[in-house]
Amino acid sequence: MIQKEWMSVVSIDEIAASIFEVVLEGDMPERIQAPGQFVHVKTSPHVAPLLRRPVSISEHWPEQRRMALVFRAEGEGTSRMAAWRAGDEVDVLGPLGNGFDTSDVDEGEKALIVGGGVGVPPLLGLAKQLAGHGVRVQTVLGFADEPSAFFQERFSALGDCFVSTIDGSIGETGFVTDVIDRRGLSYDAIYACGPLPMLRALDSSYATAKGKLSLEERMGCGIGACFACVCHTADDPDGTSYRKVCSDGPVFPWGEVVLS
Amino acid sequence: MKLHVSLPGLEMKNPVMPASGCFGFGKEFAQLYDLNDLGAIAIKATTEEARFGNETPRVAETEAGMLNAIGLQNPGLKGVTEQELPWLQQLDTPILANVAGTKMEDYEAVAAGLSESGMVAALELNISCPNVKEGGITFGTDPKLAAELTKRVKHVSDVPVYVKLSPNVTDITEIAKAVEHAGADGLSLINTLSGMKIDPATRKPLLANEIGGLSGPAIKPVAIRMIYQVRQVTELPIIGMGGIMGMEDVLEFMIAGADAVAVGTANISNPFACPEIIQELTDWAGTEPAADWAGWKQGGVKA
Ligand SMILES: Cc1cc2nc3c(=O)[nH]c(=O)nc-3n(C[C@H](O)[C@H](O)[C@H](O)COP(=O)(O)OP(=O)(O)OC[C@H]3O[C@@H](n4cnc5c(N)ncnc54)[C@H](O)[C@@H]3O)c2cc1C
Ligand SMILES: Cc1cc2nc3c(=O)[nH]c(=O)nc-3n(C[C@H](O)[C@H](O)[C@H](O)COP(=O)(O)O)c2cc1C
Ligand code: FES
Repeated sequence: MIQKEWMSVVSIDEIAASIFEVVLEGDMPERIQAPGQFVHVKTSPHVAPLLRRPVSISEHWPEQRRMALVFRAEGEGTSRMAAWRAGDEVDVLGPLGNGFDTSDVDEGEKALIVGGGVGVPPLLGLAKQLAGHGVRVQTVLGFADEPSAFFQERFSALGDCFVSTIDGSIGETGFVTDVIDRRGLSYDAIYACGPLPMLRALDSSYATAKGKLSLEERMGCGIGACFACVCHTADDPDGTSYRKVCSDGPVFPWGEVVLS
Repeated sequence: MKLHVSLPGLEMKNPVMPASGCFGFGKEFAQLYDLNDLGAIAIKATTEEARFGNETPRVAETEAGMLNAIGLQNPGLKGVTEQELPWLQQLDTPILANVAGTKMEDYEAVAAGLSESGMVAALELNISCPNVKEGGITFGTDPKLAAELTKRVKHVSDVPVYVKLSPNVTDITEIAKAVEHAGADGLSLINTLSGMKIDPATRKPLLANEIGGLSGPAIKPVAIRMIYQVRQVTELPIIGMGGIMGMEDVLEFMIAGADAVAVGTANISNPFACPEIIQELTDWAGTEPAADWAGWKQGGVKA
């Protein structure tokens, strides 16, 4: 059930350069069904900024009625979010979309989790769930550079974690696909979230893989009503097939949607 | 005060309906609240054939507003009558079906099909979508074409026909008079204002379609002015819209000359916008001495 709730800010920390982790408390965490779902945040009680900002739920703890979001403060809305302080009440719509279905891997099998930049956060909740099911988790995280890297330790606690940066300032130099190939990482399923070029590279390099990927698209409503966020499907006989990223996704089976 | 309004084909418990394109076909909002609380529902535009619409990005935020270029994505006449309208029949809320096309024949086919379905209370002719062109001229900007289209659609429809006017014209009263003459049962205004946003960092437009329709609070003064002007030249019922976010806005539209209102963009930033506005109106009406809207409007601007 989707709800609009005034949630209270429990804590907010800058965990890397311009990357903030905020913990929110309210009724919503009890309704979260799967890692990879997101919330739509009104960043000001005034008219502007008018549109909500979609942000993934990185982790949730239903018993404590808490959930975490991790975001990069960039434009007007996310900069306002970075100014939140413990005790603030904030307008959150959610939980939205369909998260990661982990039925592709069984206990004892290997999952390869691949994240880039602010695509990394929802993968933490996923990695914890997979590890909890006895799946062997290996992670490859890609960042621009050292100051913007985060969560390496948290993923390392769950299994092997490799980091790549474009400038080589930490981890291996290059893209996530370079790490996967160089190390010859094997897997039973891939789970990915990150910038489109990264998803495209994964999709073309490992076209026959099983798994899921999470997409970003500019959104209006976030609930499936306005048709702002559509993408084409791979199987499209008459050119009108589509998926809404907000309500059919943001997580899609490997190969289902066109990454354009 | 009684909030009820009675318009051709539309018996409304209150004057508030969600605007076309901002509410899909209602299903998503039905998970959030009881759609019977609404005065009416304007559903998303229907075209004869299914359409994918434009590429993304389809929306961009602007100062106190937004641009959209969805491109009339919809499942087509068959899809709407078979998959969307039957579900809406369980509601006790009249459905205003938005009709779009690229040729006059398209509009006729869609209007006839929706009217024959028996599942819609009235039609709203969308002659004002910024991206629908015929011979380079939008139907909504040429009084002659607008009148001819209205006449042809009226001819094939058994339900009342509202014509949705474009604000992208020099004199909106001319179009209003032309479609009234051609037999329109009502008017709705305004559709979005044509606009554009460019990102200096990429030096490219934000929308894939480059140009889109501006909506939201930014356009409210334009809407109020146009409704006021149109009210001076016609007795036709007016459904007013453009930037309504709260009850005060509804009152402003009613004073300017609207008989009912539609809420568009507000649903996108707050999916509970309509029931919240209706609740505010209900509380307000509880303390108003006037008997009805006509009584309340007396003494306001000349309308
Ligand atoms: C399903 C989903 C989950 C996301 N999860 C996260 C997350 O966990 N952490 C995180 O840092 N970011 C996440 N994003 C991206 C985040 O939504 C954008 O960074 C944010 O909307 C930018 O807002 P702004 O105020 O900084 O930018 P502005 O430039 O002020 O934004 C203007 C408009 O563009 C939209 N926009 C800008 N960039 C993006 C983008 N990349 N994707 C979608 N819309 C955008 C904004 O929502 C807004 O409507 C997610 C996006 C989606 C679709
Ligand atoms: C995302 C979006 C989609 C729209 N789609 C339609 C449409 O299909 N048909 C139509 O007549 N108007 C459409 N409109 C215009 C609205 O119905 C309304 O006239 C306009 O947005 C002004 O009202 P507002 O400021 O309250 O949004 C759309 C508007 C938006 C924002
Ligand atoms: S954002 Fe409105 S349909 Fe997805």
